[in-house]
Amino acid sequence: MSTPEPSQANATDAVRPRESSAATWRERIQSYGPVAGLILLCLIGTWLNSDFATPENILNVLTRTAFIGIIAVGMCFVIISGGIDLSVGSMAALIAGCVIMLINWAGQAVGSPLAAVLIGALAAIVLGAFLGMIHGLLITRGRIEPFIVTLGTLGIYRAYLTYFSGGGAITLDNALADLYAPVYYGYFLGIPIPVWVFLGVALAGGLVLNRTAYGRYVQAIGSNEQVARYAAVDVDWVKLKTYMLLGACVGVATLLYVPRLGSASPTTGLLWELEAIAAVIVGGTALKGGAGSIAGTVVGAILLSVISNILNLTSIISVYLNAAVQGFVIIAVALLQRSRRT
Amino acid sequence: MNDAAKPGLAVEFDDVVKDFGTVRVLHGIGFALEPGRVYGLLGENGAGKSTLMKILGGYQPQTSGTIRVNGRPVAFSSSRDAEAEGIVLIHQEFNLADDLSISDNIFLGHEKKRGLLLDNRAMHAESAKVLAKVGLAVDPATKVSRLIVAEKQLVEIAKALARNARLLIMDEPTATLTPSETNRLFRLIEEMRADGVTVIYISHKLDEVERITDEVIVLRDGRFVGRSPTKDISRRQMANMMIGREVNDLFPPRAPVPRETAPALRVTDFSVPGWAEKISFEVRPGEILGFAGLVGAGRTELFEGILGLRKGSGRIELSGRTVTFRSPREAADHGLTYLSEDRKGKGLHVNFGLGENLTLMALERYVKPLLDPSAEHAALEAAVKEYGIRTGTLRNKASALSGGNQQKLALAKVLHPEPKVVVLDEPTRGVDIGAKRDIYFLISRLASQGLAVIVISSELLELIGVAHRVVVMRAGRFSAEVDGAHLTEQELIAHATGTANVDA
Repeated sequence: MSTPEPSQANATDAVRPRESSAATWRERIQSYGPVAGLILLCLIGTWLNSDFATPENILNVLTRTAFIGIIAVGMCFVIISGGIDLSVGSMAALIAGCVIMLINWAGQAVGSPLAAVLIGALAAIVLGAFLGMIHGLLITRGRIEPFIVTLGTLGIYRAYLTYFSGGGAITLDNALADLYAPVYYGYFLGIPIPVWVFLGVALAGGLVLNRTAYGRYVQAIGSNEQVARYAAVDVDWVKLKTYMLLGACVGVATLLYVPRLGSASPTTGLLWELEAIAAVIVGGTALKGGAGSIAGTVVGAILLSVISNILNLTSIISVYLNAAVQGFVIIAVALLQRSRRT
Repeated sequence: MNDAAKPGLAVEFDDVVKDFGTVRVLHGIGFALEPGRVYGLLGENGAGKSTLMKILGGYQPQTSGTIRVNGRPVAFSSSRDAEAEGIVLIHQEFNLADDLSISDNIFLGHEKKRGLLLDNRAMHAESAKVLAKVGLAVDPATKVSRLIVAEKQLVEIAKALARNARLLIMDEPTATLTPSETNRLFRLIEEMRADGVTVIYISHKLDEVERITDEVIVLRDGRFVGRSPTKDISRRQMANMMIGREVNDLFPPRAPVPRETAPALRVTDFSVPGWAEKISFEVRPGEILGFAGLVGAGRTELFEGILGLRKGSGRIELSGRTVTFRSPREAADHGLTYLSEDRKGKGLHVNFGLGENLTLMALERYVKPLLDPSAEHAALEAAVKEYGIRTGTLRNKASALSGGNQQKLALAKVLHPEPKVVVLDEPTRGVDIGAKRDIYFLISRLASQGLAVIVISSELLELIGVAHRVVVMRAGRFSAEVDGAHLTEQELIAHATGTANVDA
């Protein structure tokens, strides 16, 4: 039976760092994973087809990414807060339909085609935020799971669009379509407008997430809602704003999308919700919420469209398998992320 | 199930080392345990007790060194392997599936079957037997989610019994138990010892260690520092061994009772349906008001009602102004903050950095209009110094801190909005004695600076040590208010259990 030596106390005064630098190093590697994947894909693409690395093709890919990317930025907030929104594709279709009808009406009623288009663009954002608010209220006040609320509205929105269009297409009047077209087809400083908007939304999203109290609260709620509530965070209000933010993002994406085809039909925005969620997840955000990054989301969105672009340009794998390849990528990313959670 | 023929297990640790990444948390621990004895394993938070026991229980592999069970070297690759040897670890945090029944949980992973189907009848019968042993009179078919915390702890113990443990490791088993449940647990431990079971008992409550163990083993900073038969060592000596220096003055000198000033918080006839009925109290600036009572007396629920986290009604006055709070946000805006007893579930974001945790309740101060990371960092540096938070680097996540330091961070967090009244619910739960002392001195200093402090605690000595006055609640009702010379353990227990004559 021994008793402690007084001298031993001194030997143990050393600071005990409890988190090894190895762990953070590993986290850093994982956060660069999506970027590494994207670079690898681009190298493969360049190697397979010389057209891949041309400026036209790159801008083409980025322009196509813009819709999903902008929605994914909003989706990133919702997922970090611990929620989900399955309705964004249907919401985009409904907004597109409503906006086209509004512009057509305003073109006649107001007389100024430019005013009509501006009214339509503004309405797209307002309507998106409004639909997001409905989600937020049902989730916070109604205490219904986000999955269920947005599964319901997924059906509702698309059904109304189908009803408004009589099963066909709602088409923008020609004169107005010509005026509106540059929003999708136009360039500024050699870069397509949608890419600028995507960039702007992503930068604003990153700033809001990382440098505002609201962004901090979103992460706090997703990380542990109870702790956030006890720490005097107004959980319901923050969640409501998050769904409204996503709705507004869908509105922005839609107002870029409308001039592309100048019409909305029951197939508009089909499966966009899955692509947006996939972009967020591939970008390294955990589906259970708490932490995530806008930069990762942007990379994730680009990565997914690069895959389909490569499949289009090459003939190694059938284009019909596009969704399958994306699916494999999503699962592979999830496998890589697994170790982070344990 | 009754396998008394099997003897208890002898265990020998030989130079056991554990590294987490580049950090060594166990520095070659070596000691031996004989079968059929009850060992108290002591040490401050972060001393390595839990890590060592997780290795023994098969939850983690050691980095190097040998563990011998009955003289035979063992290497468990999972807790299942360890259980097959008869080694069962009861966690501090429960490992129960809330939506399954008690019986399902007890046999989880070891289900009895009849052909392809589960034999629920046999499992219920056996569950009932072990539940009777631990003194839980509940139907084994009851869902675990319907149990209160103390009952869940008893189910965990019953689960270990049903696994036919020959070496049982208990980590703070009485943290949530009432005195009578604790007594029953101790009788159970004695029965198991008589049965030849080896028991390792981890607890910060030295009086319990003194009561139930045969021998104490002390770890400090990942090293074995000594062992002694319990009867040969005083509680004071145990504490000194754990800390490695003399502990005197666990409590600060009691500050003078503040002069008659207007109360900072006055609550009149506040009720929380099902939990608290018509409770009235007041606390003045500079005063420390204690709240005593048994588990389930409704103290936490009363304050959750006041903060708007539960439905409640009654009159609340802060600095003379009548207010009602619909959420902790509104309470904080009025200068009232609350530290939850549930540190990991409600107190801290363990996956967040230290700074993000610290500033969360007062984030508006750092908005200019964007958050100012350097100001947040400066606030963290100041808080680490002021509250004595020990951390390797300021960039750590909260989960990297030991329990005591997490608690100091949680305290710093609720004090960061500079409230006028702060409610601290079990501020020293699961915290080692050194950190406890720091927290007591902190509470005393805050009060002397004019803060009104309410301390809810199940440790009576702690309330006697720091509080000016103590309100005792029993079964949701006001039982007594005790101060001055009446502030003794006996008096508080009498009021908490209802055995005191109210007029005495």
